[in-house]
Amino acid sequence: MALLEIENLTKHFFRLSALSRVSLSVEPGELLGVIGPNGSGKTTLFNCVTGVLRPSDGHVRFRGEDITGRTADTVYHRGIARTFQLIQLFPEMTVLENMLVATQEKEGTLLSRLLHREEPEATVRALALLEFLGIAGLEENPASNLSYGQQKLLDFGMALMSDPQLILLDEPMAGVNPTMIKNLVGHILELNARGYTFVVIEHNMEVVMSLCRRIVVLSQGERIAEGTPAEIADNPLVLDAYFGR
Amino acid sequence: MALGRLGLVAVLVLSVGLPIVLDQYKLYVVSLTLVYVILAIGLNLTLGYAGQISLCHAAFMAFGSYAVAILGRRGVPFEVGLVVGVAVAFGWGLVLGFPALKVKHHYLAMVTLGFNIIVFLVLRNWESLTGGSFGISNVARPAWGPLSFKSDRAFYLYILAWATVAVASAYWILSSRWGRAFRAIRENEMRAEVVGVSLRNYKLMAFAIGAAYAGMGGALFAPLLGYIDPGAYTLDRSIQFLMMVVLGGLGRFEGPFIGALVVTVLPEVLRGSEGLYLIIYALSVILMMLFMPKGLVGLWDLAWRSSRSRTSPSTSSGSPR
Repeated sequence: MALLEIENLTKHFFRLSALSRVSLSVEPGELLGVIGPNGSGKTTLFNCVTGVLRPSDGHVRFRGEDITGRTADTVYHRGIARTFQLIQLFPEMTVLENMLVATQEKEGTLLSRLLHREEPEATVRALALLEFLGIAGLEENPASNLSYGQQKLLDFGMALMSDPQLILLDEPMAGVNPTMIKNLVGHILELNARGYTFVVIEHNMEVVMSLCRRIVVLSQGERIAEGTPAEIADNPLVLDAYFGR
Repeated sequence: MALGRLGLVAVLVLSVGLPIVLDQYKLYVVSLTLVYVILAIGLNLTLGYAGQISLCHAAFMAFGSYAVAILGRRGVPFEVGLVVGVAVAFGWGLVLGFPALKVKHHYLAMVTLGFNIIVFLVLRNWESLTGGSFGISNVARPAWGPLSFKSDRAFYLYILAWATVAVASAYWILSSRWGRAFRAIRENEMRAEVVGVSLRNYKLMAFAIGAAYAGMGGALFAPLLGYIDPGAYTLDRSIQFLMMVVLGGLGRFEGPFIGALVVTVLPEVLRGSEGLYLIIYALSVILMMLFMPKGLVGLWDLAWRSSRSRTSPSTSSGSPR
């Protein structure tokens, strides 16, 4: 059974249709790439899956459960985490607090979160993840003090905090220097080998080609192609979408 | 840490000793400031920490005042009235939290502003219960058998005890995961929801808890003055609380203390300048906002930083900033 199934997903903003009848599925353990020109609906797709936006039509199923139109916190608790194209952090909170807030709602009740104050396991996990991502030692700094690349890594770290089954990465390499790109690609591949499933939106073709075995192409809100990197590179429809006829 | 404890003890000793040295009028101003500190702590939680604007803090305060006044007339002990007032304010805070789930910023300001006006009208017109525009006089101060808090000095200490409860409980709430969730919602609502923070639960709680503190402050306010009438719970008063919280420093734990002190004491100090005092007061508020947008706490930070500019600024994650 597919981990994530998207069926005829449609999103209109007034008359403009940002997504029209997009279907795709993600298998467990996969590393799926989503590419397409600017404005093709990639981020809207992520927003509709994660509950940030309510789709106008269609269905999203995760592990067999219909999660269409659920609120973002519900979707997160079902096991889907994501990062953002434009980094979204809690700038005045410390790096450690940013990490902890990403997992604090996972277990217990509302009341237990008031009464039980110690979070030793979460703290250990947060520090270990920061170490893994190469930004250890910054945990007491406000997130806004971090460099752009470090913030990108923190955003990624937050997505890993709750040990999700599916991680949606929205342009993880945009604006990141080549050394950091290498590191990030390494991290994603390592996590994927450990069993994490990824869907990656990315403009850097080299990265997409090296990360993903399967790629879906969107253009003007529609799915126009799907296949291996080699098939996509030779697909005339894809070339048209990017360069025009 | 040791220095912080020492400071805390010093503040407590000083506040307990204050009634010995102050005359009756000054003691009244200090008591009023303490009551306002409790109220400002509540609004700081709702607005400063959770980022939800509320212009009906005076209405929540009214629930506390009228609960102790109405129940007190029927011989119910003061503390029972206070708990009822806090509970009613908490309940209405929850109700007012629901619009906050749908609307934000100035729209939420309009909703809460409307609520304040409705409460004011109900207080003025429900004469059989509230005494209408004449209000209720001779609001009794608490007494435990032979131990009475009727004198101004004793009642000051009584208020001080509740203020300590308010400060400690607010610290406890804000240093928990709730406090972190509140700040996360304030800083980036969408991101907070995407990492699993339930906006519904925490926004409702932010409103209800903030209102509960207003209820507590209101309950102490009524016997401090001795009489209450709807005129004390208008929009003006709500804006005064807003001013305290903003002047003190939004989302800073020390903010309400500084804000309540300035807003209560400054007009009293300026009273000597006759008719000019309102103008001077308003002007200084405008200047403070222009030059210290982060509130008076910002001034404190500045002094602190320059005194230890060599050391790196790091903050502990345990304390509710």
